[in-house]
Amino acid sequence: MYEYSSFDHEFIAERVTQFRAQVARRLDGSLTEDEFKPLRLMNGLYLQLHAYMLRVAIPYGTLNSRQMRQLAMIAERWDKGYGHFTTRQNIQFNWPKLEDVPSILQALADVEMHAIQTSGNTVRNVTADHFAGAAADELADPRPIAELIRQWSTDHPEFQFLPRKFKIAVTGSPNDRAVTRAHDIGLRMIVQDGLRGFEVIVGGGLGRTPMIGKTLSPFVPLDDLLPYLEAVVSTYNLLGRRDNKYKARIKMTTHEHGIEEIKQRVEAQFAKIKPRFAGADLQLLKDIEQHFAPPKFKPLIAQVEADSAPAQTPVFRAWLDTNITAHKAPGYAIVSVSLKKPGATPGDASAAQMRALAKIARNFGHDELRISHEQNVILPHVHRADLPQVFQALRQADLAAANIGLVSDIIACPGMDYCALATARSIPVAQQIATRFQALKLEHDIGPLKLKISGCINACGHHHVGHIGILGLEKAGVESYQITLGGDATTEAEIGTRAGPGFGADEILPAIERLLLGYLKLRLDRHESFLEAYRRLGLVPFKALLYPQTRKAA
Amino acid sequence: MSLTASSKVVTANDLRSGEVLYLRFPHSWTPELAKASVIKDSDLAKASLAFAQGQPNAVVGAYLSDVIDEIDGPKASHFRETFRSTGPSNYRHGKQEV
Ligand code: HEM
Ligand code: SF4
Repeated sequence: MYEYSSFDHEFIAERVTQFRAQVARRLDGSLTEDEFKPLRLMNGLYLQLHAYMLRVAIPYGTLNSRQMRQLAMIAERWDKGYGHFTTRQNIQFNWPKLEDVPSILQALADVEMHAIQTSGNTVRNVTADHFAGAAADELADPRPIAELIRQWSTDHPEFQFLPRKFKIAVTGSPNDRAVTRAHDIGLRMIVQDGLRGFEVIVGGGLGRTPMIGKTLSPFVPLDDLLPYLEAVVSTYNLLGRRDNKYKARIKMTTHEHGIEEIKQRVEAQFAKIKPRFAGADLQLLKDIEQHFAPPKFKPLIAQVEADSAPAQTPVFRAWLDTNITAHKAPGYAIVSVSLKKPGATPGDASAAQMRALAKIARNFGHDELRISHEQNVILPHVHRADLPQVFQALRQADLAAANIGLVSDIIACPGMDYCALATARSIPVAQQIATRFQALKLEHDIGPLKLKISGCINACGHHHVGHIGILGLEKAGVESYQITLGGDATTEAEIGTRAGPGFGADEILPAIERLLLGYLKLRLDRHESFLEAYRRLGLVPFKALLYPQTRKAA
Repeated sequence: MSLTASSKVVTANDLRSGEVLYLRFPHSWTPELAKASVIKDSDLAKASLAFAQGQPNAVVGAYLSDVIDEIDGPKASHFRETFRSTGPSNYRHGKQEV
């Protein structure tokens, strides 16, 4: 994996020293909160409802076991023994004390991690397909590009004060697992006439005004990518509105100016700046690529193939069915470790679980871990012969929930249990739904389902692109939950449609239950997923399930 | 002297830990809403808020919050304030720790 250069080390070390001095000056009163706030945000430190929150970037979701152990150490020493993995491939610590944060940042720097550009109007943590470098369906590992973008955008002098935050996602696979169409820039790798390049998508985003990104260029050859991106960001930097924060994201710029005008401006700017790059970016990419060389895969051992082991227990079988994805190397599998045991907080892992994951990765996973935007942990390279042992180790750590892609594999933002911006809670809603469907034993029957919950209009929980989305709002002084249906985060990305009036906190679970039990009757057969049935039948029959009273009254 | 539209308390977050705090007359901060001083006079509300905002080395983001004044102490009138006064619902952390 990528290792810091001496420049990176110095840069990070200097930032930690700076921040230590700033915290000291805040504590002794020489800095006011107004002066200090932008400084702490630059270092990923927020003030939430009950405590500070430190957001740490996990670039393109990649960690090694040493880094995971360090996160465990931080959770234990300076937090309450756990961390929260987010849809942005970050980890958030919910309880750090202000005076400890510089030491936490130092501990992160010791393992080449940091919290820079996890906040503010900058290019944020670049996200990537969580199966990158492992998936059977990928053209090439997208992470070298993500790393190139990270280096180019980190501390880029021109891009520290963009009109608004800027999020970039990259995928190297035709099956989009990085939600590229819901980012300010989405990059999808394409090979054309043997030449590698990217489809460049702009102006996607969720939040208050959800939009699916539009194709700015169907193919930008790899050689042109960085100058092209720079042209996009500088066009946005110039055109993006600074008078109204709700109209400041590039999705609004694209909407207001039209994709054609943006395209012309980007191309003119590209022509101007391309010569300046002079191939230095490509040399850098070559260097970076070496750090992402695949591990030395072990050969296929036919005899001990997990799939043919006679002593398979039903629980192991069930776990294999849901939590394993095809790997590009023969004899290997991608393991998704669910952080969604029904009743647990989606995305939370205890320090003990982080250590267990680190150990499994070291013993059985070529020392690699990934964090998915779906708030799960991935072991990207596991030999199939090791699957039984991996499963056992996961079970011991209470990490063996067999529910990837099912109804209880819910994305939920922190909501009003932690977040200062929330209008309602999300975690208890996720807990109730997951626990209920586990008790009904209907998860496997219902099949593939993406349920996503946000605690306010900012949509950190991706509710717009959930097959079922739940948005927590306030209505007349109580929590109210609005349901959207038919969203899709994959290659055919789509924003869900609002189903109707919101449900109270005690009505949301019964509503979801009516909806899913009703779907079982509406579907053609068990191969028709919820989303497929919705696309075939449209909103009306599903709306009738959600609002039975209205139907009777009509 | 004039009455405030509803009973109020002054609340803020602790500068060091971020914990939710309430003003208790004359000059202290308590983590328990039940022990907060209830304010019904608008001049006193203004003065109390000014006092809180004048303590930047102790607390952050002070504001007046509506409460219902009950026998066993004030209760938050909005659910957000209720959650602030109790802590998160998924773990017994923060104010629920013993
Ligand atoms: C708890 C502190 C958090 C704060 C203060 C916060 C704040 C915000 C805000 C203000 C936006 C809207 C930005 C805009 O439209 O311009 C946003 C969007 C977003 N946040 Fe958060 N967020 C928080 C936590 C999280 C967490 C925990 C996650 C991951 C689970 C997350 C993931 C996202 C994502 C994916 C978006 C994208 C929606 C978009 O395209 O705009 N955030 N956040
Ligand atoms: S969606 Fe709203 S409530 Fe949830 S984390 Fe984002 S800002 Fe907070």
